[in-house]
Amino acid sequence: MSIVVDGISKSYKSLKALNNISFDVKEGELFGLIGPDGAGKTTLFRVLVTLLFADEGKATVAGFDLVKDYKIIRESVGYMPGKFSLYQDLTVEENLKFFATIFGTTIEENYELIEDIYVQIEPFKNRRAGKLSGGMKQKLALCCALIHKPTVLFLDEPTTGVDPVSRKEFWDMIKRLQLKGITILVSTPYMDEAALCDRIALIQDGIILQIDSPEAILKQYPKLIYNVRADNMYQLIQSLKLYEHSHSVYPFGEFVHYTDKRTYFNPNDLKLYLAEKLLTNITVEITEPTIEDAFMELAK
Amino acid sequence: MKTIGYIIQKEFKQIFRNKGMLPIIFILPLVQLVILANAATFEIKNIKFAYIDNDHSTTSRELIEKFDASTFFNVLANYSSVKQSNSAMLNGDVDVVLEIPSYFERDLLKKKHNNLGLTINAIDGATAGVESVYVNQIIQSFNKNLRIELMAAPDLLAKPINITSIPSFWYNETLNYKTFMVPGILVLLVTMITLFLSGMNIVREKEIGTLEQINVTPIKKSEFIIGKLFPFWVIGMGLLTIGLIIAKLIFDIPIVGSLALMYAYTSIYIFVVLGIGLFISNYTDTQQQAMFIAWFFMVIFILMSGLFTPIESMPQWAQIITEFNPIKYFVEVMRMVMLKGSSFNDILPQFLKTVLYALVMNALAVWSYKKTN
Repeated sequence: MSIVVDGISKSYKSLKALNNISFDVKEGELFGLIGPDGAGKTTLFRVLVTLLFADEGKATVAGFDLVKDYKIIRESVGYMPGKFSLYQDLTVEENLKFFATIFGTTIEENYELIEDIYVQIEPFKNRRAGKLSGGMKQKLALCCALIHKPTVLFLDEPTTGVDPVSRKEFWDMIKRLQLKGITILVSTPYMDEAALCDRIALIQDGIILQIDSPEAILKQYPKLIYNVRADNMYQLIQSLKLYEHSHSVYPFGEFVHYTDKRTYFNPNDLKLYLAEKLLTNITVEITEPTIEDAFMELAK
Repeated sequence: MKTIGYIIQKEFKQIFRNKGMLPIIFILPLVQLVILANAATFEIKNIKFAYIDNDHSTTSRELIEKFDASTFFNVLANYSSVKQSNSAMLNGDVDVVLEIPSYFERDLLKKKHNNLGLTINAIDGATAGVESVYVNQIIQSFNKNLRIELMAAPDLLAKPINITSIPSFWYNETLNYKTFMVPGILVLLVTMITLFLSGMNIVREKEIGTLEQINVTPIKKSEFIIGKLFPFWVIGMGLLTIGLIIAKLIFDIPIVGSLALMYAYTSIYIFVVLGIGLFISNYTDTQQQAMFIAWFFMVIFILMSGLFTPIESMPQWAQIITEFNPIKYFVEVMRMVMLKGSSFNDILPQFLKTVLYALVMNALAVWSYKKTN
């Protein structure tokens, strides 16, 4: 096991940020921590990278105890905080060299690990970090987190605020790092990124709702989901919420994801009801659940 | 060691890349030194002087001429009545009014003494005191000459010989205020720049989030602190050097004592300042907060340093507080060594107190750094 978390709790005054969190991450696994803002993801990361003490519980990272062996942990983990935190007034190369030096290594020594990421930012190596675009900054931060060849990598919301193309690129990079045998714990508020992880933990208000592979979580989804669509979106949502048999109603892009309370549900009943509410161009069809649906169901 | 070296290198790079900070670090202090040393003087010149001459005699005119000849007084007006002079003083047109009574010369010859009316604007008490002394000096010297001129020879012989004291001002023979002020202002600049920079420096890492990144690395906190503060120690010493050169070249301040002693003391003194800076940065989250707190201490330190007002004239409790003011010791040492040529033994008390201060302050700072970060 690469990361073992056992009953970790952490409070900020009266706010319980983490409540009895337990999970484990296998070696070489890509583990996702999925949850909305304020769920406690960053707090958990800060505990695991030895920046914060947990109030209760214990954990090991790369086989070392969080409290007793924090010095060894710091040498063997890479941490990329959610907020860009490199020196904006140093160049790309200087930043990388700085982190290599304080880890007691050199860029050349571990170059093969960062090579395919670094070549993308190498043309800008004399540019100051503050002048890079968002996606470039993330790549540089990833390079800096990898420069000492960590065995466990912590990525706290690495794709927040990054454009869709860079996001995809970034996930490709994460996947490639996983192939090199690095255990990766990544957090994200984007549910669509969850499917790219080996296993995910859904977290809300400091509590883990479910831990499983994305496929298994979807398979366990208890209900049939219908894509409902009509001309007046707002009225559609209001009408569906008022429908006596409705179980859940969530807007989802151009559709509304609808589930029904009844075991036997005829979509035509719903169509008739909506037509009564003077909605036009109504379509109701079955669709596959997504992680977001699963999360909403669990968080209910 | 290699790590510390690299942090220092990085720190210097950041300082020299900061286009806004660089002039503040090096040019501003020098401009301040040049301006402040010229402006911050206790000499009172160009006193606005007016008189009411009710006598219109040779003697009274001679007295007025004495004032006219003095560089301290600007004889502005001659009023014919007290009422006029009062309204002029109310308007702020004059600061000192001398009233010469009628029959001044006649009475002086007859009675051998006479009275003059003197009115001084005393809104600023210290200035008024100095003005009164100046006026008295002029009248006394006038008085002495008058005796010789007016009195008959036998009269003069019968008098006992007047005792006059001729003061000799040591260490600053010409009573040049710049000689007195420049070492003090130099102290202020070295303190101010190093305190502000070191106070803001670690907070800055906190503010931009790099401190968090640093904290997950295996780097030792002591290495990090030393690496971060050492550049400001160097800058402090550099400022002292530039300041001394200016003191010598522009103000021609005598540097009597040993330069090595000054540098040795300063090198320890800067540790005190850096300790205070680090301490402040541990308890603040933004550079703005750090700046305000640093200012708070700076203002108290400056006003209670004995630079502008002598510590001896402060109330007892305030004197006790000044014992905790590092600037006080630095000002004393600089004045002693620069102007008096004091040796190490002379400044030993200040030296020991500063060493103790440095130890306590840095221990506190490192302890609070460990606790808060």
